Amino acid sequence: MAIDYDGLLASGSMMGSGGMIVMDEDDCMVSVAKFYLDFTVEESCGKCTPCRIGNKRLYEMLDKITLGKAEEGDLTRLRNLANVIKDTALCGLGQTSPNPVLSTLDNFPEEYEAHVKESKCPAGQCRALMQYVISPKLCTGCTLCARVCPVDAISGDKKLPHFIDTSVCIKCGACMEKCKFGAISIQ
Amino acid sequence: MNLVKLTIDNKPVVVENGTTILEAAKSIGVRIPSLCYMKMDDMNFENKPGGCRVCVVEVEGRRNLAPACKTECTEGMVVNTHTVRVINARRTVVELILSDHPAECLTCAKSGECELQDLAQNLGIREIHYTGEQSHYKGDQSPAIIREMDKCIMCRRCETACNEVQTVGVLSAVNRGFESVVAPAFEMDLDHSVCTYCGQCVAVCPTGALTERDYTWKVIEALVDPTKTVVVQTAPAVRAALGESFGMEPGSLVTAKMVSALRKLGFDYVFDTDFAADLTIMEEGTELLDRLNRHLNGDQEVKLPILTSCCPGWVKFFEHQFPEMMDVPSTAKSPQQMFGAIAKSYFAKKLDKKREDLVVVSVMPCLAKKYECTREEFSVNGDPDVNVSITTRELAQLIRNANLDFASLPDDDFDQPMGESTGASVIFGTTGGVIEAAVRTAYELHTGKILEKVDFKELRGMEGSRKATVDFDGLKLNIGIAHGLGNARKLLEEVKAGKSEFHAIEIMACPGGCIGGGGQPYHHGNVDILKKRQRAIYEEDKGKPIRKSHENPFIQELYKEFLGKPMSDLSHELLHTHYFDRKKKAEVE
Ligand code: SF4
Ligand code: SF4
Ligand code: SF4
Ligand code: SF4
Ligand code: SF4
Ligand code: SF4
Ligand code: FES
Repeated sequence: MAIDYDGLLASGSMMGSGGMIVMDEDDCMVSVAKFYLDFTVEESCGKCTPCRIGNKRLYEMLDKITLGKAEEGDLTRLRNLANVIKDTALCGLGQTSPNPVLSTLDNFPEEYEAHVKESKCPAGQCRALMQYVISPKLCTGCTLCARVCPVDAISGDKKLPHFIDTSVCIKCGACMEKCKFGAISIQ
Repeated sequence: MNLVKLTIDNKPVVVENGTTILEAAKSIGVRIPSLCYMKMDDMNFENKPGGCRVCVVEVEGRRNLAPACKTECTEGMVVNTHTVRVINARRTVVELILSDHPAECLTCAKSGECELQDLAQNLGIREIHYTGEQSHYKGDQSPAIIREMDKCIMCRRCETACNEVQTVGVLSAVNRGFESVVAPAFEMDLDHSVCTYCGQCVAVCPTGALTERDYTWKVIEALVDPTKTVVVQTAPAVRAALGESFGMEPGSLVTAKMVSALRKLGFDYVFDTDFAADLTIMEEGTELLDRLNRHLNGDQEVKLPILTSCCPGWVKFFEHQFPEMMDVPSTAKSPQQMFGAIAKSYFAKKLDKKREDLVVVSVMPCLAKKYECTREEFSVNGDPDVNVSITTRELAQLIRNANLDFASLPDDDFDQPMGESTGASVIFGTTGGVIEAAVRTAYELHTGKILEKVDFKELRGMEGSRKATVDFDGLKLNIGIAHGLGNARKLLEEVKAGKSEFHAIEIMACPGGCIGGGGQPYHHGNVDILKKRQRAIYEEDKGKPIRKSHENPFIQELYKEFLGKPMSDLSHELLHTHYFDRKKKAEVE
């Protein structure tokens, strides 16, 4: 897809009409919507309230969702705001800007819900929601991961399954890369 | 005239083609909330950016909601102004505005007069569902105006006032999207711009983003200082508007109650700027006749038309915009400054006090006067002729602070000698008034005859620029009148091109003249209020026993005891001024 103004606008309206997005399941739909919004926020001329402030708020809400900080009720608010912006913005830019949000909400509600209710990103794209986990079944206790971890988040005795303290882990991914047994995965 | 029929909230309505839904709804008593929209007929003011989206309504068959302020009625249209969809959208839009607004109503200068506050109140907003980053802009404090752009809602009314009505062009939208704001170029301070301090941007701003520089505290400090004698002067237009701040009908004349309030506030002498307006007429009228006579005698040097110079907003305007014509306006100071100069010389001497022991406070309808009294040429050894200038609104604030029940105050009279005034000086407060006052005096000075009919109806009105010919016993005097700086600019361009037919032109920066000044109680776009104030002013004139400036006995005494005659050396020193080329200065800077 062309990542330029016309390309995005065109895809925005296409998404609105049928949800035919050419993407695979590795793409997080919340992030996709956020990506488009980021663009609208940049392009907004600032003349009308719904686009000037509304799109900024839409973006901030999507951001909150991808960070796992969304609360109960945020999805309703998100949908309402998107609808109002569409209904009230002055020009075509503002009127179509919420389409990616609305179409992903309509077609992939479970993705949004996973983010909000389970703090999970099904596509494994939202960094803030990722958790590195060591499978006790696969881990041989080689200690390699514990040695590469820059923040000492991994503990465990030699030859016994290791364990990642997610409150310390900074999600750098080094351990996963090093593990020869495929014992570390993102959830 | 083409008519269209439509239905609004199930009520049929017939309007002229081109009428907006907002206007049509209003005509049948359906109130659609609006925010950015403002229109003032006669004032050449129309702000219709369609930006706030508060006025949205549902139009059957239309995909999205329609802004009522901008959408024209069409035949057969079916409009619903209060459906769930509309109310939800409107509330959401207002919540969005509030989500990027400091919640400072408790300490905000605009509280109680704020259109955003009103709107939120009327919609019953109790919670803001959308929160996030708020925009912050640097503050700007000029001698007259405070800009607090964090409170700006981008309605663009100030821009319309400054650019279209006043043609000063200081304010415009800068930046894009969430960062956009209305500001002078390069976001410089007003103080460094060509701003005239006319205050018309403040007069139309719906929020606390633009307000006057508040000097009430300085007044209180002076009043409690036992070493100071505090003298107050009140401008003509104040008495025709002050009552509005206390819930009185627009157009209520409150002169006597105002004097009473000022005395209760503790001012040592309650005087009238009207006295100085009479003095202005003596000087300006004499100057006009002098120039006129020289012109009639074939003096090529003399410049005509003569332009009035009693409005500091207008003075700063021509200093920036027409510096090559600085010898055209009269050299007479504004009444505020004439008052200050006389108070600190003649009156101080009468009291046997040093000028520094006097504090002169002025109550003005005006923001430019705050700036004017800080101009260096109006000080002697660092002591300003007028120490503090406050607005009608600030006086109302002082009265409220003192817990005075304004409506039930007893009547009181100005002190003498600087409290006596004529009908001629009262009408200084409205467009057309200064020149009418000048004509009343100049006629008698020129012809030596008694003017029987003092009302010059041909000089009155509200049209932006007017002209009239007054017969001075055979000499036909062509008079031009402009209010609003855009109208002034047009007349001035003509003068510059040598195409002006006028002998004298009166100019006031504010639409309506001082009755519409930037320091008056807020009119919220209602021109009727200005018209009622204007009527009140002419009413006061009519009720005055003396209606010609040169017949003011205390003015006569002032000349006899002190000044000599109009345009004497002492008059020149105290009552006349000079102008500065601010274009060059701006270019050098
Ligand atoms: S919708 Fe259009 S007019 Fe409104 S702010 Fe966005 S770009 Fe500007
Ligand atoms: S992802 Fe990085 S920080 Fe987290 S456990 Fe693995 S190596 Fe340590
Ligand atoms: S501008 Fe209006 S809404 Fe904002 S703080 Fe002031 S009074 Fe309140
Ligand atoms: S005070 Fe007058 S000139 Fe200055 S910015 Fe406001 S409208 Fe423009
Ligand atoms: S400063 Fe006031 S008048 Fe100007 S755009 Fe902002 S809110 Fe409107
Ligand atoms: S018209 Fe009156 S209120 Fe307006 S700037 Fe001039 S003197 Fe001040
Ligand atoms: S009042 Fe209609 S858009 Fe602002």
